[in-house]
Amino acid sequence: MLRELFHKEKKGTLSRRAFLKSTALASGGLVVAFCLPAGLRRAFAQEAKTAVIPPNAFVHIAPDNTVTILLKHSEMGQGVWTSLPMVLAEELDCDWNKVRVEHAPAAPAYAHTAFGMQMTGGSTSTWESYDQLRQAGAMARALLMQAAAANWNKSVADCHAAGGFVVCGDKKISYGELADAAAKLPMPAEVKLKDVKDFRLIGKPMRRLDSTAKVSGKAEFGIDVKRPNMLVAVVARAPVFGAKLKSFDATKAKALPGVVDVVQVPSGVAVLGKHFWAAKQGRDALVLDWDLGAGATLSTAAMREQYRKLAQTAGTVAKSAGDIRATTKDAGIVEAEYEVPFLAHAPMEPLNCTVEIGKDGCDIYTGTQFQTMDQGTAAGILGLKPEQVRIHTTFLGGGFGRRATPTSDFVAEAVQVAKASGKTVKVVWTREDDIHGGYYRPMWLSRLRAAVGVGGKPASWEHTIVGQSIIAGTPFEKAMVKDGVDVTSVEGAADSPYLAAIPVHRVDLHSPTSAIPVLWWRSVGHSHTAFAVESFIDELAHAAKKDTLEYRRDLLPADSRERRALDLAAEKFGWGKPLPKGHAAGLAVHQSFGSYVAQIAEVSIDDKKQIKVHRVVCAIDCGPIVNPLTIEAQMQSGIAFGLSAALHSEITFKDGKVEQSNFNNYQVLRLNEMPKVEVHIVPSTDKMGGVGEPGTPPIAPAVANAVFAATGKRLRQLPLRFA
Amino acid sequence: MQLDVNGKQYDVDVPADMPLLWVLRDVIGLTGTKFGCGMMQCGACTVQVDGAPTRSCVTPASTLAGKKITTIEGLSADASHAVQRAWIETDVVQCGYCQSGQIMAAAALLTTKPKPTDADIDAAMNGNLCRCGTYQRIRAAVHRASELMAADKLGEVGHVA
Repeated sequence: MLRELFHKEKKGTLSRRAFLKSTALASGGLVVAFCLPAGLRRAFAQEAKTAVIPPNAFVHIAPDNTVTILLKHSEMGQGVWTSLPMVLAEELDCDWNKVRVEHAPAAPAYAHTAFGMQMTGGSTSTWESYDQLRQAGAMARALLMQAAAANWNKSVADCHAAGGFVVCGDKKISYGELADAAAKLPMPAEVKLKDVKDFRLIGKPMRRLDSTAKVSGKAEFGIDVKRPNMLVAVVARAPVFGAKLKSFDATKAKALPGVVDVVQVPSGVAVLGKHFWAAKQGRDALVLDWDLGAGATLSTAAMREQYRKLAQTAGTVAKSAGDIRATTKDAGIVEAEYEVPFLAHAPMEPLNCTVEIGKDGCDIYTGTQFQTMDQGTAAGILGLKPEQVRIHTTFLGGGFGRRATPTSDFVAEAVQVAKASGKTVKVVWTREDDIHGGYYRPMWLSRLRAAVGVGGKPASWEHTIVGQSIIAGTPFEKAMVKDGVDVTSVEGAADSPYLAAIPVHRVDLHSPTSAIPVLWWRSVGHSHTAFAVESFIDELAHAAKKDTLEYRRDLLPADSRERRALDLAAEKFGWGKPLPKGHAAGLAVHQSFGSYVAQIAEVSIDDKKQIKVHRVVCAIDCGPIVNPLTIEAQMQSGIAFGLSAALHSEITFKDGKVEQSNFNNYQVLRLNEMPKVEVHIVPSTDKMGGVGEPGTPPIAPAVANAVFAATGKRLRQLPLRFA
Repeated sequence: MQLDVNGKQYDVDVPADMPLLWVLRDVIGLTGTKFGCGMMQCGACTVQVDGAPTRSCVTPASTLAGKKITTIEGLSADASHAVQRAWIETDVVQCGYCQSGQIMAAAALLTTKPKPTDADIDAAMNGNLCRCGTYQRIRAAVHRASELMAADKLGEVGHVA
């Protein structure tokens, strides 16, 4: 559903109207940059100023033949550091071994082609920049060919490019040698892109370009940044959401060795030290007096009761067809409620941000998914123009959505600490700060109700969803809350492929509010709707005494991409064949972010009632493939991330306080629990989808369905537990 | 206090309770060793002390006088250690943040158990979390590193002979 919105924004804008600009660098070499047209609609963005043509680019060819590709997306593990350069290098025909990658600075030229702001999220990076990067590569190659042809007094048609050289008969000249001359040439109006059959990189399994840096401890994450005269700060934040600081005493903190300064900021009190340890000891020594306010009564137990009551009432309609009442009177009714808890993202790298305020602006060093937002927010705090705020994106030690906050929370806070102290400062969060810090995946409750019709098929389908809106109150509200429905709350439910086969249906939504900040968490709404819908379909299949695969196949159109993924997974798993004693299988299929993923989980339950997932067979149709290794890794990754939520993780509140604090009680998947994952890719020429998130939604229902097959017990709450 | 890190002597003036992790990162400037939890729950801070995998986030630096500390930077100068080569070959990393700790734990395991089983790997590396879920490739890469180390050894013998 989100994807449809993106495409609406994109239609008729970029491909026709984008234009290219070449610039000769003072240092020599060729730069190719796209400058997006000023008229490009930026429904999602703070208005970006396009008057300044940024002195940066997608590709820079140095005289020594090194090709530097500037990555507008943030590398957070999903592999864009490799897959996106592959797209550009394919058209450029350069030497892959000479490719270097850097994160691009924050500038309008690097705006997301659908969102209009620089960002990484929504599993969009590859499809949104695919055409753009091919164009950039092809344009650079065309200029290099022209330069070579002019040099030899030949026609471009007599030349060809390969491996970083232009070749004409027995003559050969490197891109590096041509770069200066090429940079002085006017851009051709049009360039010809390669035919798919001629691809040498796209579609091939290519190993990651960031491996060497990351296995040698040399890759720089935000937390590793070091600036001259930099201090490290740890911040004491409100113990419950919405609390106000009445007063504080920093006497003890200031007396500690290594503590340099203590400043109050809007989010709390920051202790600045010579190193993290001093700042952390100082933070812990602060004496703080908070007015806890209404937040101190908050409890998830009470919220669940409220959600259950709300689910019994009609919400705002997201999707509706036919008259529910007409079909639900006499038929057999199947009814169930599914619940998922608040979740922290808990990326391995705790949040951090380094801020250096200078005479001519501000430099921010951080791992972020939201450059444009962060830049605008920092500029607002400091009274600067956005372009005076230079964002230096480092590697991200995981993001999962937490480093994409519409409030720029962790960046804004670091800017406030730097501003208040007048120091260059790196704010570092502890793990406890991260687990307590909010911006959680919302807690959700789904109530599903179906009337069973002919052959056990659903004659009607009612799905009431209860949970906090992620989008309401953010700059995205106008575009993504439609008629009172946050599209991310109902994605995967209101557009469920089963609804087409069920003539009478209704999906509605309650969006209660609370003081708890919520945020997109890998796969956003799909992280709860897939669990509810795919569990409930399974329940209906069992109620109809049908095979759960066949039941789904009957409801899905034969030519649907869901069916293709499901059939491939079933074939590779050997669905229906005998399993080892005590093992059982469950399946789920779900479309998210334009990709269709089916997963079959093989589980057993031990005598301590612990669920063991032995094997997962995963089939994905994501359309045309850029790097199969990326897809395989992202499916494994999405499954592991989803299994953490399926088996372990939850954030709960009591008396306004988060009851979890670190990995000892906010548990995530460990190595011994990782099932054997087999990934199969459906050959497809359909529209390209994403791969960062779609692996996550199906795993929880697949496991829950397998648990039912193994035990006859239906678990309807995550994390899955036997009472 | 004096610390021996990667064969180099460092004289550091820090509080006695300061964990090795922060001495390495914020005082000595070796940032390859990572902070993940601060309470030995995630393994991101794993280094080797006299060859044994050690959680630097809870180990006071003052307890390490006279011991040999090895960090990811000291494993090899050029990513040439068998474990690092196996990691590259197997395309293990994703975000990469936990991988220094994973690699230090794997290298220590292979020193004591040159041919570990899956169960050995689980037991030795269960304390090293990875939120990207690279576990399957980590397991494969440990086995691959075991092969590479065996081959290196054969090579060495061959060279001597």
